[in-house]
Amino acid sequence: MNDLRDLYQEVILDHNKSPHNYREMADPSRMALGHNPLCGDRLRLYIRLDGDRIADVAFQGSGCAISKASASLMTDAVKGKTLEEAEALYGKFHDLLTGPPDVKATGAGLGKLAVFSGVREFPARVKCATLAWHTLESALKNAPEVAKTE
Amino acid sequence: MKATAETLVPGVDPALDVEKIRAQFPILRQTVHGKRLVYLDNANTTQKPRAVIDADRVYYEETNANIHRGTHFLSEKATAEYEGARAKVARFLGARAPKEVVFTRGTTEAINLVAAGFATSILKEGDEILVTGLEHHSNIVPWQLACGRTGAKLVVVPITDSGEVPVEEFAKRLSDRTKIAAVSHVSNALGTVDPVEEFIRLARARNVPVLVDGAQAAPHVPIDVAALGCDFYAVSGHKMYGPTGIGALYGTEAWLEKLPPYQGGGDMISSVTFEKTTYNELPWKFEAGTANIAGGIGFGVAADWLTEVGLPAVAAHEHGLLVRATEALSAIEGLRVVGTAPRKAAVVSFLLGDVHPHDIGTILDGEGIAIRTGQHCAQPVMDRYGIGATARASFGVYNTEEEVDALAAALKKVQEVFA
Repeated sequence: MNDLRDLYQEVILDHNKSPHNYREMADPSRMALGHNPLCGDRLRLYIRLDGDRIADVAFQGSGCAISKASASLMTDAVKGKTLEEAEALYGKFHDLLTGPPDVKATGAGLGKLAVFSGVREFPARVKCATLAWHTLESALKNAPEVAKTE
Repeated sequence: MKATAETLVPGVDPALDVEKIRAQFPILRQTVHGKRLVYLDNANTTQKPRAVIDADRVYYEETNANIHRGTHFLSEKATAEYEGARAKVARFLGARAPKEVVFTRGTTEAINLVAAGFATSILKEGDEILVTGLEHHSNIVPWQLACGRTGAKLVVVPITDSGEVPVEEFAKRLSDRTKIAAVSHVSNALGTVDPVEEFIRLARARNVPVLVDGAQAAPHVPIDVAALGCDFYAVSGHKMYGPTGIGALYGTEAWLEKLPPYQGGGDMISSVTFEKTTYNELPWKFEAGTANIAGGIGFGVAADWLTEVGLPAVAAHEHGLLVRATEALSAIEGLRVVGTAPRKAAVVSFLLGDVHPHDIGTILDGEGIAIRTGQHCAQPVMDRYGIGATARASFGVYNTEEEVDALAAALKKVQEVFA
């Protein structure tokens, strides 16, 4: 099969074990819940905005290694970014995951997020990797409902 | 932990030639990701034996025509085969007559048919519908829809830590307001075999009809609806080695006469004028539109196939697999079996340390092993245990002890990846 090591890269396993920014935030300016009803993953995302800049971001919840590591790496990646920059990053990340499986993903401009390039070989797992980003989008739009990957 | 001890059909030796059975399932010969396929997702759907696959092909090659409305040779042949299949399913379930068997798309549609009928003609505000905490979403949501239409209320019998529904808890919740009890025979998420005989006895004493969701029981234990005394029994063909998109609702003649039609259309009527329509007799009153004819015929073949293999032998064989799997998996450090009732079908739902079931599923798939991970369409069961999901291995007639061992070995690999 597609090599499992492409999916479960060391960085992903590390972030799954010790996720960054995994905490409650006392005074978030935005908060959103993410839920994948298929596998039961749940995520609570907190954001503190400073103007149009993401001053701080944190999350809590339960999920698979892919979704947890994705949330962890996402929070690292968007912290300090403007909303526009975060949106652009999501666009690139989405392309990385949903590009054609026969084209090797480059992950250009994604930094550490490029470790998720293997996910495109596992279509069933794409939603795991995007749950945190869907939730981020929902928080930034301040949509009160639970973000879903469906 | 102690392995599940009670066989579902006591006193039967596993006289089942599993290799001979495997040879009848073409799909089992394939490799997945370079590994021999180990299919342990049978509670989700079962694979199909050659006889069922051939029935589908032969129907379209030699018989295809619409039923109940032709004067030509093929139409009569198709009708005879379809109604013959109904008789086979009726015999399989122990129904008194084929007219007590309505073909549906599956268990879900069968339950929806009953729930919609109750909403139309039975339920009133303040009435109660009794379900258990083990139900599949398909035995919850149709009743919630009925409650929404009528103001009736869903009453839930809670489950224990082992995943059982105590008979006394069921008894306690039966009331003068209870209009129907809808209970699973076997839990899809945990494998628990419910004491439906007791539930039915208690409900009958209060004149409360009982619907049994038999989707997970029919492929594993002998079913006799007349002996059970239930009012409705719902099954799915695809979980019984038959085709997808076909299932059956058994209902007593009295209840099926009483309930209004589920859908309107062709085939379910005797006469139609713009002033008045007279419905067809049982069971066709509930079968609007052209049916899944090939599916029905294949379902009949699957029912006969299961009877020929022998449900008591199937139950004994699968019990052996359950005992071995429970022992082998429980021996893995950090593995917790969820659902430890003494009476279980061959289903092992489990958690492995901190590893999320989704990750377990992906890594097992890499070893050619198919299991299900997630909520199993039973979110209330997961909520009861305060967990988001489990990994679930569910066994069927063609599974072997070697496959149980392959599962245990692959789970150790999962642990290595996440060490």
